[in-house]
Amino acid sequence: MQSKSYMHNKYEVVIGMEIHAQLKTKTKMFCACAVSFGAQANTNVCPICMGLPGTLPTVNAQAIALAIRASLALNCQIRPKSTFARKHYFYPDLPKGYQITQYKEPLAYEGFIEINRAQIRIRRLHLEEDSGKSIHAGNESLVDFNRCGVPLIEIVTEPNITSPDQAVQYLHELRQILNYLEVSDCDMEKGHFRCEPNISLRPIGQKQFGVRTELKNLNSLRNVREGLEFEINRQTKLLNEGKAVQQETLYWDEQTKTSGTMRTKEESEDYRYFPEPDLPVMNITEKMINTIKSNLPLLPAQRKQQLIRQYQISPQIAEVIIETKEFADYYDATVKHCPNAKLVANWLTTEVRAVLNQQIISINDFKIKPQQLAQLLNLLSENKITGKNAKQIFEQMVTTNKSAQEIAKTQNLLSIEDDALLTNIAQEVIRENPDIVTKYRQGKTSVIGYLTGLVVKKSQGKLNPQKITRTLQQYLNT
Amino acid sequence: MNKSDLARLSIAAIHQKLKNKEIKFFDVIESVFQQIKNNEKKISAYISLFEQESFEQAQQLDQTVKDFSNLHPLTGIPFAIKDNICVKDKLATCGSRILHNFNSPYDATAVQRLKDAGVIIIGKTNLDEFAMGSSNETSYFGKVANPLNPEYVPGGSSGGSAAAIAYSGCLGALGTDTGGSVRLPAAFCGVVGLKPTYGRVSRYGLIAFASSLDCIGPITKTVQDAALILSTIAGHDPYDATSVNMPVNQFLCNPDALKDYTIGVPQEYFTKGLDPRIAQIVEKTIAELGKKCKAVKQISLPHTSYTIATYQLICTAEASSNLARYDGVKYGLRITKDDLIEMYEQTRGQGFGAEVKRRILLGTYGLSKGYYDEYYGTAQKVRALIKQDFDQAFKTCDIIITPTAPTPPFKLGEKIADPLTMYLSDLFTTSASLAGLPAISIPSRDKINGFPAGIQLIGRAFAEQEVLNCADAIEKLYA
Repeated sequence: MQSKSYMHNKYEVVIGMEIHAQLKTKTKMFCACAVSFGAQANTNVCPICMGLPGTLPTVNAQAIALAIRASLALNCQIRPKSTFARKHYFYPDLPKGYQITQYKEPLAYEGFIEINRAQIRIRRLHLEEDSGKSIHAGNESLVDFNRCGVPLIEIVTEPNITSPDQAVQYLHELRQILNYLEVSDCDMEKGHFRCEPNISLRPIGQKQFGVRTELKNLNSLRNVREGLEFEINRQTKLLNEGKAVQQETLYWDEQTKTSGTMRTKEESEDYRYFPEPDLPVMNITEKMINTIKSNLPLLPAQRKQQLIRQYQISPQIAEVIIETKEFADYYDATVKHCPNAKLVANWLTTEVRAVLNQQIISINDFKIKPQQLAQLLNLLSENKITGKNAKQIFEQMVTTNKSAQEIAKTQNLLSIEDDALLTNIAQEVIRENPDIVTKYRQGKTSVIGYLTGLVVKKSQGKLNPQKITRTLQQYLNT
Repeated sequence: MNKSDLARLSIAAIHQKLKNKEIKFFDVIESVFQQIKNNEKKISAYISLFEQESFEQAQQLDQTVKDFSNLHPLTGIPFAIKDNICVKDKLATCGSRILHNFNSPYDATAVQRLKDAGVIIIGKTNLDEFAMGSSNETSYFGKVANPLNPEYVPGGSSGGSAAAIAYSGCLGALGTDTGGSVRLPAAFCGVVGLKPTYGRVSRYGLIAFASSLDCIGPITKTVQDAALILSTIAGHDPYDATSVNMPVNQFLCNPDALKDYTIGVPQEYFTKGLDPRIAQIVEKTIAELGKKCKAVKQISLPHTSYTIATYQLICTAEASSNLARYDGVKYGLRITKDDLIEMYEQTRGQGFGAEVKRRILLGTYGLSKGYYDEYYGTAQKVRALIKQDFDQAFKTCDIIITPTAPTPPFKLGEKIADPLTMYLSDLFTTSASLAGLPAISIPSRDKINGFPAGIQLIGRAFAEQEVLNCADAIEKLYA
C-alpha cells in the first residue's frame, strides 16, 4: 500500500499516530460545566475548570464510560486500576499550570484495528482534559476557557503504520468507529479529532528505527496525507544526501504545503509528570466493563455485513450506506417502512446523497424523514407512480415539506389503473405510426420503447410504462 | 461575669449562656471585638476583619432566633478562618503578595458547613506564606506575635488562628495542617489544635500547598470545642474526591473511655533534639495518665528519623505543582510585561517570598526527569513504611502520646535565617501527616517560661473520637 512518489525507495516508512478525540459528554471532565461548541467566550466556565485557588477535580463518570466503550471497540485491555497524573507546562490557556492526564497507568492498552487485513496496533488509550483556546489579535492575546476541561481520549498507536495511505485509512476507520460508538463527533474542523503523526525512515530490512519527527497542525485527512508525503520526501532527500534527520516537532502549513520547525529535541519540555494527588485510583470493575460491552452498538464492518446478508445489497453500495452511523440509521429507519430494501439503498446512495452534497448538510439535517421517504418509495415500488414522477415528487418534498401522497394527488401524478384507457391509447398510437409498427414486425423490436413513450405522453404520465409495453406487445405480436 | 469577658469563655460555655438567654449574640461579638481592639496591634493575627458585617449578623440573630432549645452549638459563634481557606467574596491571600488582591467567588465546603450552622465569620487570619513555615514570619502581611509573650513566635503556619484563639479574638478558628501547621501553633500559643484524619474534612476551598497532606482542622480553647467544630465540618463532599464517604457521628468527649485505652509511648520521640523540660512535662503527664488508663506501653516507630526528609520531598514536589497556577494571567498579582515569559518571571519572582521560592525550586528539582524516582519516588516508598510503623504500633496500643514540638516557642527572628533548623520544629508532627492519621495538640498544665508545652495524641485513622476522649481526659486531669 505504498503510494507512488516513493514506492521505489530503499527506505521503509514508519509512522506512529497520536489521536486526540473529544468525548461526547454533556459536561466537562472534572466539573459540571456544559460542553458546547461555538458558545460565547468564557460562558461555560466555573471556578473548577478555571483552576481557581482551592478548587478540586472530580471525575466525570460518563467520560469514563465512553472511554471504556472506545477501548472495547478498539480491542484494548482495560486496566482495573488506572491513575491520573499531572503534566506541567506554563501557557496562558492552561489555567492550573498543569494538565490532568494519565501517564504511567493509562485506562487501556494493547489494542488494534484491522484495515484491509493489516493490523494497526494501539499502544494505549487514556483520558485527559483539554486546554483553553488562545486567540491572538493584534498585539493582544485573549483566552477562551470554554474548551478548558473538556474530556478527551488520547489514542496512541505503535509505530506500525507503513504509508500515508494506510495512515489516512486508519484515521478514517477510527473516526467511523468512534462515530458509531457515539463516543465522539470526530469533526476535524471543529477540533473534535486531532492527530499528530510521527514519521521516521529506515533502510528496508533494518530493525532499528530511524530518527523520527512529529507533525502538528493537520486538521483534515487531506492535510495528513500531504503532510506525511511531504515529510517522507524531505527525510528521503536528507538520507539520500547522507545527512541526518533531526528529532524535532514540525508544524504543517496548509497554505504553502510545507512544514517548519516548531521545536527541536533540545527545546523539548520536561513535563515533570507525577501522580495527581487530588484524584484517587480509578477502579474499573468487571461488571462495569460487561455492562458497557453488552450495550456496544454494531460497528461499521458488522453493519456492512448485515446489509449485504439481510438485504442482498452490493458491498459497494453497503459501504456508502455505512459511511456514518447516522446515514446507516436513516437507511434502517426507512427500510422499516418500505420493504423494498434495494430500492431504498439505491435512492439513498443517489438521490438523497445528491441533495446532501448540494446543500452541504449531514443526514441529520435532511428535511425528509425516513418515514416520509418510505412513503414515496412505496408508491414507486407499488407502481402507483412512475420513476420519473417519483423524482419530481422527491424534488418538491425537499423544498416544500409536503408528503409524497399529497404532492402526487394535488398535481395529478398518480398512475391510474384504467385498462380501457390504456387499450384506447395503445390502439391509437399503433394506428398513427404504421411505419414504426412495420419496423417492429420486421424484427426491430427495440422501437417498442419509442411507442411506449408516446403512450406515456398521451396519458400525461399516468399510465404505468411497464404495463404499456406489455399491452403494446400483445397487440403487435398478434 | 462581666460581659466584656465573654470572649474568654469556650464555645460550649457561650452556647449554654445563649441558650439560657443570659446573653445576646450581640454581646458575644462585642466582647470579641473588644479583645481584638486591645490585642490586634501587637499580635497581628488577622489579615482582614469584617467588623460591621459581624455586628449586623449578630443583631440579625438576636432578632430572628426564636427557638433556643434547638440552637445549633455554633450559631452566633465568632469564627476566624485562616486566609488560605476560601470564604465567598472575601480575600483569600494565603499571606502572599501573588494573591494579595484575590477575592474568592465561592465558599470552601468547611466554611459553607460552618455558615449553615450559623457561625459569624469575623475575619481571615494571618499565616506563613502559602502555609509554608513553622513560625508565622513569612507572610506578605507581616509577622504574627505570640499572645503569651509577643517577643516570641506563635508557631506556624496557622499562627494567626492560634494567636486569635489565645487572646480571645474569636471563639473558634479554622487552621490548616500539612505537616503540623495546626498542632505546632496550638502548642506554642497554649491552645487546642486538631488535625483530623486525611479525607475526614473536605479540602474543597482549601488553597492547596501539598494536596496529599493538607487537612483543615479546628483551633480552639478546649477539646470539647474542637469536637463541636469537627462534627460540623466533617463528612463526605462530592467536590473532593479524596474526602471519605463514611458516616460522621456527633463527636462528643467521654473522658471515662480512657480506662479502656492502652497508651503507646514511642521511644524514638524521646531522644536528642527534644528539650529536656518538655520531655519532663510529657513524662509527668504519662505517669498521671497511667493511673487512669488501661496500660502504658513503650512502642517503636522505627522510621521516625526519615520523616522530615520524606515530608520535605513530598510537600515541596506537590507545592511546586500546586503553585504553578499563579502566573499572573487570570487573577492576583500581574507584573505587566510585553513578553509572556518575562511576565511570568517577574510576576512569580516578585509575587512569591523566599521560603515559597525555595520550596518551589526544591520540588521542581525533585520531579525533574531523571530525579523523580530518586526523590519523589523514594519518598513515597518511605512514606508507606512510616504508615506501616503506625499500623504495627496500633496493634498494641490505642493512642500514641508524644510532645507536639521539640522545643518551646523561640523568639521572632531567631530561626528565620536557618531553614533547616526551622524545619526541625515539625519533627514530631509530620509523621501523623504522612500517615494521614488524626492528631491533636493540647496545652500542658506546667509551663516553661510562661509557655505550656504541647502534648500530642495520635490515633488510628478515623478514630478522632478516641483521640478526643483521651485529650479531654488529659484536659480534665490538668484542671
